[in-house]
Amino acid sequence: MGDVIVNRLNALVRKLPSWLFYLIGAAYPVWLLFAGFTGGLGVDPVKAMEHALGKVGLQVLIAVLLVTPLRRFTKLNLLSWRRALGVIAFFYILLHFLVWMVLDVQILSQVKADLIKRPYIIVGMISLVILLPLAVTSNNLSIRKLGSRWRKLHKMTYLAVALGGVHYIMQSKGFEYEPYIYLAVVIGLIALRKLPKKRAAPPVKRQAA
Amino acid sequence: MAHRWTNDLTHDDVTPKSAYLNRRQVMAGMAGLGLAALAPKARAAADLTPTDFDVITQYNNFYEFGTGKDDPAKHAHRLTTKPWSIKIDGMVDRPGDYALEDILSQMTIEERIYRFRCVEAWSMVVPWNGFELKDLLDLAGVQSSAKYVAFETLYRPKEMIGQNSPFLDWPYVEGLRLDEANHPLTLMATGIYGKDMPKQNGAPIRLVVPWKYGFKSIKSIVRITLTDKEPPTSWNKSIPGEYGFYSNVNPEVDHPRWSQASERPIGGGFFAKRIPTLMFNGYEQEVASLYEGMDLRKNY
Repeated sequence: MGDVIVNRLNALVRKLPSWLFYLIGAAYPVWLLFAGFTGGLGVDPVKAMEHALGKVGLQVLIAVLLVTPLRRFTKLNLLSWRRALGVIAFFYILLHFLVWMVLDVQILSQVKADLIKRPYIIVGMISLVILLPLAVTSNNLSIRKLGSRWRKLHKMTYLAVALGGVHYIMQSKGFEYEPYIYLAVVIGLIALRKLPKKRAAPPVKRQAA
Repeated sequence: MAHRWTNDLTHDDVTPKSAYLNRRQVMAGMAGLGLAALAPKARAAADLTPTDFDVITQYNNFYEFGTGKDDPAKHAHRLTTKPWSIKIDGMVDRPGDYALEDILSQMTIEERIYRFRCVEAWSMVVPWNGFELKDLLDLAGVQSSAKYVAFETLYRPKEMIGQNSPFLDWPYVEGLRLDEANHPLTLMATGIYGKDMPKQNGAPIRLVVPWKYGFKSIKSIVRITLTDKEPPTSWNKSIPGEYGFYSNVNPEVDHPRWSQASERPIGGGFFAKRIPTLMFNGYEQEVASLYEGMDLRKNY
């Protein structure tokens, strides 16, 4: 029964083209900008946009990391969406950085000082720098050229997302649950990755229970 | 005693510039009468106008109602502010519960247009209404042994829903040195823009210490205690490495996580320019003498 649903979902996934994701992905920052200009982001649209892009970027990155365990444990195959999600996440994180630099801090000397002096900014920046080559190599040509090295390179996503989670905790003031939940999810996903792979029993058998 | 200090920031829209340049000359005259410390600073008046009422009331930190900047405006309506009294105790001659209306009947409410600088490096200009804290302390009669003033915010988690979260150690507490508390700039504010204090901004009565970061200006005060020991303060208890007892606005001493050299005025939209932060938030002339000989980097 569960298999039927998963197969149907997988068929549906294949039907949804990735350009749809790119379109929705690009629409979000445009919408934020529009909302900011029309009062939809409150009286401090700069911070609102900066925080929204950072958080949604982290969420999409976590969605990227969910693809593998979903396939492994539920047979739901979202692989055809993963590249689009990854590129969109990078795009958001890059915009998050640009809004911080251009609209928030503004002053170049202060940007430079922050990049050297503030641990939470350094951690966030490292995460962005790690994501950069991953975004650049998110195409078929790179996969072909890099071969097995491509997989190795793209496993760096785990590190980048973990650093993103740490960055979120470090920038918060006082105690809040939310940033810790994100980091816990990321750590959980890394732990799943480390789970031994031998239980590759056919799903029919496991269904009997 | 009211009117010991005169606003150096103005409602640009209601005060023609020429009128206020005249006043500036009057002030210069006052300087000769020994009122120099109270005379307004020469700069900044012309280029600063009060932040819009809607901005002041929709964007602020009041963690008793949540951690978002819009949470106070969303949730503060639950707060009941009548009846309200302030317990004044410790080293005072006349300790007791002072009903707010009894206090107000003995005070002259005046307008004070102050810069407001948040430790998070954003700022506003707020036209407060209120009276000097010193006048309230005089009602209770401060004893000569007192050196500090401790303040406490209402603790009522049913109405202040943020108090159900362990974000801070509730109730919120703050403190001032007695000379800071007695300074004519230190205000007990009961309103903004001539209206009763909005609940999200600390109704019915809050402290305003314009040369210190905003979190020192404790809201919805229910207790004032005179003491001879430096009282604990909420943010210092929570993150001592980032928030000190003094927390004077100082562009030269960075917060560990960001620079304090500049600030973003709120209300200017996407392209609001940062402005330089002023020493003691622009009140250096008035308050610098309080900290003479003190290492402000150590006493952050």
